[in-house]
Amino acid sequence: MSDDFPEQKFGIEAKSSEVSDGGHIPSKTEEQVESEIPEQDLYHPKSFITKWIFCQDAKVIGIQYSITAISIGLLALVLSWLMRLQLGFPEVFSFLGPAGYYQFVTMHGMIMVVYLLTALFLGGFGNFLIPLMVGSRDMVFPYLNMLSFWMYFIAVVVLVASFFVPGGPTGAGWTLYPPQAITSGTPGSESGIVLMLLSLSLFVIGFTMGGLNYIITILQARTRGMTLMRMPLTIWGIFTATILAMLAFPALIVSCIMMTLDSLLGTSFFMPAMVQMGEHLKYGGGSPILFQHLFWFFGHPEVYIVALPAFGIVSDLISIHARKNIFGYRMMVWAIVIIGALSFFVWAHHMYVSGMNPWFGFFFATTTLIIAVPTAIKVYNWILTLWRGNIRLNLPMLFSLAFILTFVNGGITGLFLGNVIVDVPLSDTYFVVAHFHMVMGIAPVLVIFGAIYHWYPLVTGRFLNEAMGKFHFWVTFLGSYAIYFPMHYLGFIGVPRRYYEMYNSPYIPTSAEGLNQFITIAALVVGFAQLIFLYNIISSIRLGKVAGRNPWQACSLEWQTEHVPPQHGNFGKDLPIVYRWAYDYSVPGAKEDYIPQNVPPSEVLGAKVEKT
Amino acid sequence: MIKKEKNLFDLLSEKPWDLEQSNQDNLHSGKTINLTKAHLGLKGIMTVSIIFFSLFIVTYADRMLLHDWEKMPEPKLLWFNTFVLFLSSVLFHLAKNKSDILDFKKVKFLLLIIAFLAVVFIIGQVIAWRQLIAQGYFFNSNIANSYFYLFTTLHVLHLVGGLFFLKKATQKVYNENIRAPSIQSSVKLCGIYWHFLFLVWVVLFGLMINS
Repeated sequence: MSDDFPEQKFGIEAKSSEVSDGGHIPSKTEEQVESEIPEQDLYHPKSFITKWIFCQDAKVIGIQYSITAISIGLLALVLSWLMRLQLGFPEVFSFLGPAGYYQFVTMHGMIMVVYLLTALFLGGFGNFLIPLMVGSRDMVFPYLNMLSFWMYFIAVVVLVASFFVPGGPTGAGWTLYPPQAITSGTPGSESGIVLMLLSLSLFVIGFTMGGLNYIITILQARTRGMTLMRMPLTIWGIFTATILAMLAFPALIVSCIMMTLDSLLGTSFFMPAMVQMGEHLKYGGGSPILFQHLFWFFGHPEVYIVALPAFGIVSDLISIHARKNIFGYRMMVWAIVIIGALSFFVWAHHMYVSGMNPWFGFFFATTTLIIAVPTAIKVYNWILTLWRGNIRLNLPMLFSLAFILTFVNGGITGLFLGNVIVDVPLSDTYFVVAHFHMVMGIAPVLVIFGAIYHWYPLVTGRFLNEAMGKFHFWVTFLGSYAIYFPMHYLGFIGVPRRYYEMYNSPYIPTSAEGLNQFITIAALVVGFAQLIFLYNIISSIRLGKVAGRNPWQACSLEWQTEHVPPQHGNFGKDLPIVYRWAYDYSVPGAKEDYIPQNVPPSEVLGAKVEKT
Repeated sequence: MIKKEKNLFDLLSEKPWDLEQSNQDNLHSGKTINLTKAHLGLKGIMTVSIIFFSLFIVTYADRMLLHDWEKMPEPKLLWFNTFVLFLSSVLFHLAKNKSDILDFKKVKFLLLIIAFLAVVFIIGQVIAWRQLIAQGYFFNSNIANSYFYLFTTLHVLHLVGGLFFLKKATQKVYNENIRAPSIQSSVKLCGIYWHFLFLVWVVLFGLMINS
């Protein structure tokens, strides 16, 4: 807490008359720059352990988060393969029983949503990019940041441990609804569920530590000249998503604590009176619906915790690789903030079939449809950014384009499902599975891939292999449509989700069986393409083409570091000073088609700033 | 209170590409809120904590409407514990005033008393639990009891977390090498947290004696 430096009021109120034409700062102010921003005390690693394991450098922590998240995500990928084998060829494979199937469904969902996507976007990209993009040496609380990763790591270990306890992991579905989650008959209702709840609680505690860091670093530790409205949209997305997470995760931990007590100590927070095998259970009076409200109060913002960083990152990728400024920057920021705020008022659309007052459902259907407005604005702005851009069809751009398509696709089915009357018949079918995999599975994952292809040269100094990348892209993109388009159809003809096997169901046409086999094969192929991607990541560390400094000719600060990859402390002796927003691409009159954020106006005299 | 240099709406309607705005922006220090990062961190923690307790209170309000709710008696001891917490909050206010005028001798003394009172409070809560258990009010015998034990435990856990930072602040006061502003900041922030703990307890206790 030794940060009590004198706080000079030298903010935005500075009169514009103090500044000479063209924004060139007189030398007097430059002296003040030195004294005003105190150098952060950085912990300098002394050994291998403090450099790579218990590390306080946000970049290393970001990589640690990413590796852990991708590893556990691979487990979830394998689980989905096994589930698909069962669904496509129910009689052929006998290794997976009904209990195992539910356990795999649960673990697949929970891992993908929380331990992969949330951790990768906020923990991985957040840690790596925030200090670099806002021009700071590190996070404001590096030690807390380190603790945050290790809490996450322990949470993952506890989660994996639940595979090895008697009864196995919980099979209650990723929503963990009581009473079935802790009632015998559900797989893992004894120890599996307790470990799951413990693991989630640890995740929330760890995330809160990290989240404080992200928010305060973005608010307080930006470099000189970096106003909030000059930040890249990636940072806006991560920032808003972190605030959502800080407000939403308490709901998860509250429900975890109360359900753990129901399970271990026999309280009845959520558990109603129940008769099981002719015997009255010790529970009585609790309300399972209460859990659903708590869970979805967390669960719906969680969708946007994943989506907002993806929105931000994809905006930057599109702008950089189309060599155009982002269309409607302010509108993009507002859309992120509005979506974030609205996401707290839509949660009950996950509960239409739980039974509710019709007016309650009406309210939530309305808010759900309203949230489509700012989202649609974002989509239009992405397309208008591409319009007449100098599009470079490289891997990050391909993945960004695929994202727009997939997100629109998943978003439109979301409009269907947001209406109570459409949702009720579709709610328990594969239509919903197709919808949420498109919109919050495939779409954000495509952004993650694009972002990895984009920032890998910054992390390692080398490009990923282009040929393998193209193969990975086309198989992933076309393959995921091969998987999820047919699922919409399966939903329409009424194939219910969450079923281990359909056996002989006369109302389901035999074509459904063929489709299921097709989906399974497509899923195996797409999964295989991810192995190529992993091989690409590992082999390119040594074999990749050397990227050099700022290979994509980007404007934002992370590419303007003295060394590539950036070293401890990020920037050289002096922090960069920012003179412009992050989107000065193809500025008329400028020599090159981009002007980095830290280039003063005096160096690009001919450049005319566009009036938008 | 958070002192913003601009309100949120002005901030969000800036045009970063505009030349005039750009000239002003070049002088921006990169700080949004005029508070230290430790102070902001504390505010962040308290915000999350308030949401955490609020959600519990929402479930409490929902659950108490159901028919099986049986009010449990509050031992007189809880009033004493409330007073102890109130006293330590007052003493912390005093300690902050003393540290502002650099009277660190008094601060040392006050911080030790506050730590002692915190321990007294925790022991008091445990005795209250034992009294209730002796009267047959078990954790899971009624949902009102469950909430009582849950709330008191969570509150004590928050207090224990506070003690960790109180220990750090006390060490700072005893360390000759640490500059005064750093100590003052620690004492001030710890004090804010102590007032917060007292308020949380008043809300939870008030809720429980009135339902």
